[in-house]
Amino acid sequence: MARIGVFVCHCGENIGRTVDCARVAEALMDHPGVVTSVDYKYMCSDPGQSLIKKAIEEHQLTGVVVAACSPHMHEKTFRRAATAAGLNPFLSEMANVREHCSWIHEDRDAATAKAIDIGRTIIEKVKLNTPLETIRIPVTRRALVIGGGIAGIQAALDIADGGREVVLVEKEPSIGGHMSQLSETFPTLDCSQCILTPRMVEVYQHPRIKLYSYSEVEAVEGYIGNFTVTVRKKARSVDEDKCNGCGACTQACPNRKIPSGFDAGLGKRPAIYVPFPQAVPNLPVIDRDRCTLFIARSKGRKDACMKCAQACPKGGVDFDQQDRLVTEQVGAIVVATGYQLYSIGREQPPGLSGYGEYDYGDVPDVIDGLQFERLASASGPTGGKIQRPSDGKEPQRIVFLQCIGSRDPAKGMHYCSKICCMYVAKHTMLYKHKVHSGQATVFYMDLRANGKGYDEFTRRAIEEEGAQYVRGRVSRLYRDGEVIKVRGFDTLAGEPVEIDADMVVLATAMRPQPGIETLAQKLSVSYDGHGFINEAHPKLRPVETNTAGVYVAGACQAPRDIPDSVAMASAAASKVLGLFANEQLEREPTVARVDEGSCTGCFHCERVCAYNAVERKELRDRKGNLVKVVAYVNPGVCQGCGTCQATCPSKSIELQGFTDPQIYAEINALGGWAS
Amino acid sequence: MKLGFYPGCSMHGTARELQESLSAVVGALDVQLTEIDDWSCCGASSAHSTHHLMGVALPARNLALAETQGLDTVVAPCAACYSRLAGARHELAHDAKLARKVRGVLDRPFENRVAVQNVVELFGDRLDTLKAAVKRPLMGLKVACYYGCLLVRPQAVSGACDVEKPCGMEKVAEACGAVPVAWNSAVECCGGGYSLSRPGSVIRLGRAILDDARKCGADALLVGCPMCHSNLDFRQKAMQREGDPKGPEPVEGDRPMPILYLSELVGLALDLPDEVLGLGRHFVDPRGLRRKLAG
Repeated sequence: MARIGVFVCHCGENIGRTVDCARVAEALMDHPGVVTSVDYKYMCSDPGQSLIKKAIEEHQLTGVVVAACSPHMHEKTFRRAATAAGLNPFLSEMANVREHCSWIHEDRDAATAKAIDIGRTIIEKVKLNTPLETIRIPVTRRALVIGGGIAGIQAALDIADGGREVVLVEKEPSIGGHMSQLSETFPTLDCSQCILTPRMVEVYQHPRIKLYSYSEVEAVEGYIGNFTVTVRKKARSVDEDKCNGCGACTQACPNRKIPSGFDAGLGKRPAIYVPFPQAVPNLPVIDRDRCTLFIARSKGRKDACMKCAQACPKGGVDFDQQDRLVTEQVGAIVVATGYQLYSIGREQPPGLSGYGEYDYGDVPDVIDGLQFERLASASGPTGGKIQRPSDGKEPQRIVFLQCIGSRDPAKGMHYCSKICCMYVAKHTMLYKHKVHSGQATVFYMDLRANGKGYDEFTRRAIEEEGAQYVRGRVSRLYRDGEVIKVRGFDTLAGEPVEIDADMVVLATAMRPQPGIETLAQKLSVSYDGHGFINEAHPKLRPVETNTAGVYVAGACQAPRDIPDSVAMASAAASKVLGLFANEQLEREPTVARVDEGSCTGCFHCERVCAYNAVERKELRDRKGNLVKVVAYVNPGVCQGCGTCQATCPSKSIELQGFTDPQIYAEINALGGWAS
Repeated sequence: MKLGFYPGCSMHGTARELQESLSAVVGALDVQLTEIDDWSCCGASSAHSTHHLMGVALPARNLALAETQGLDTVVAPCAACYSRLAGARHELAHDAKLARKVRGVLDRPFENRVAVQNVVELFGDRLDTLKAAVKRPLMGLKVACYYGCLLVRPQAVSGACDVEKPCGMEKVAEACGAVPVAWNSAVECCGGGYSLSRPGSVIRLGRAILDDARKCGADALLVGCPMCHSNLDFRQKAMQREGDPKGPEPVEGDRPMPILYLSELVGLALDLPDEVLGLGRHFVDPRGLRRKLAG
């Protein structure tokens, strides 16, 4: 026999203004099964909770209904109160008479009647509630960080310093990411490598960080606390144990004219190379697509050149090395794969288009922001001298164009790339510091310098360092002999402008790394139309994803600068450390459960599950013969959405706490029917 | 193949050579052009800039006539006519409310079934036939293909593959054996309808286009629009005489630049006589090109 207690909250004036709470309590007192029904000004207050606890003990309640706000607000509060009084927390439910009633109605009588109806539905549901036990899952207290840029480095170091092991996977031969390519950083103009390389070394030397460079995540299985990750270690063609990083192989390679990715195509490198002098690990890699030997092999010819192997004093060059797959067990994953720059060329991925008005980037001496960083960098292809790529001349007139692709629906990128206003201001300063006689001009749409010291920085570029800022877009770029004609419109002066430039730098949009969609699918995390990983909540859960145990940091989530990426990475690391604080993970038991007896194994549930929580389970008799294959919902992965329950044709899945009979009881109560 | 022909006001006036040359060459492409009976103004210039409904209803009337006269496709050689006809067709196909209104105004059956083509598309659709028909390939003739504004814009109306770097005219020129030059002014503005109200601007803009063509080594400039032709051909004397203090410096002594309609270029490749192509009607005489080719 049910013994339900009803507790109607006034929420100050919030509910009491439109709902006659005393009348609600009185009406529900007469509902079958209700043994006590009271109203109180603030049920969530200490005295309010005591009221509930006392009633549970006094009336030996089998269920509690709190008619108050949304369960999102206080369900946990009242369930804790119930637990304290010795009642299973899942026998306590909330009837939402605030958001669903008092806040949206004005007529006091009608609202009171509705509040009574809402109360009745939940009373009927609670009668069918059963005690549920919190699910406990073991946690592998080890994290995977995908991406070894500044975000990944920061996350890995924070987790490792917090005492947990980290597996760091980087697809390039060295960690460091885009930050290692930058010359100086805004708004302080400190040298990027000087602040980054110590952290890279720290990662390499950290006893709790295991670094897989030149590797990619091949497959991810499992769920929060229990992921099994397969990592593909791509063949470097160099034996990591034998190599001592002397560099003799890279010196010996005769094929030295390959555009260097690290120098954004402006410098050259050999086919066996270390991307940059401070690379971590300091191990060379053979670019098999460009190496004479491998090209010959791919055409079935005999090995043409072995100069690097001959030069190696340790015998470390291994042309026959294969990709290796390694498996790692981790409990949490941080995605920090970073960004790439949009290029204005004719060939574009679906949904994007290039800049025909800028001749699709075929005009010489039109470069992008990263290329300018390499030109300005002391370790760059020009040794830090600003020289234009076509003829090596020092540009006297340089034009920067902001928002190339960004904020332009016509090109397919609606969003602001966030960092360009700042780095363009920085570029004008770097240029002025190196070419004193030069004039920098910037075409911009808006100046978005919102960050500590940011606006001061752009003002300094304009007011002290002589950069000329023109508000407007450039409609045409074309080559006219030695110069580049830049034709645009000054929207403040209201007139067209034409500038002859020696070099043009495009602040092209930030895009997520290629292959991000595939990775996101492997991790079951969602991404937006541009490929940026979606956070679980834009304000309150910024570093979590919709998959429990997978976190996000840095520019793979949205365009981010270094301080933001680092802050995000530390936030993600603290979430991971929080998860790892206990040996077991507690989860709400409101998950789907399969009745194996009636399950027909149609696996409609598997197809509709957005979280990949449904697995296939073999049922065998005592002799070990296969009886049938049924669905099994992994309670560690299930998010309790109920889609499988609604889909199951044989009604073999029920969402605990929200079973069909419970929902029907609620609906019936609206029709005045009570059990 | 029978195609409709919409001459518009210019074909009988300033652009007679366009109509003459077009009529002369289409036979070789197995095309017969049938002029729309009782055609009226396309709505360019005044109508569409002052009264939107009239700007759509006028071209719709001509399309309705073509439809009743059993024509599937109408060739509008003037870029402005093309823009109005194709633009109205596009707008009516995408705006049911406007279409109902226009039908009420027209007071005649209209289903918006007729396709609209400009000269570039007319030749572009028949490149193989054209190549086969060429009698005298224009070997070594360097041409600057000039589109101006209305042949390719807006993209939704014209369906051009690329409005910033179009390539239709280049393909036709190549089919005729000519060599399109790489240049920067293919979609720049010629001054258009400001020819009479602000001739100074038109001269400045035209001069920049011609200077670029000269600099890039073009022997002639190809156009598909009577307005462009008149601005660049008729105003060329004025460009040389007055110059423009703000304009770019003259190159190669302001060598006169023949402005050819695309149909005239095709006519040259088909080896048709000057009179048939109307080559004598130009302000900058293009007949020297043929001598150059012969030499």
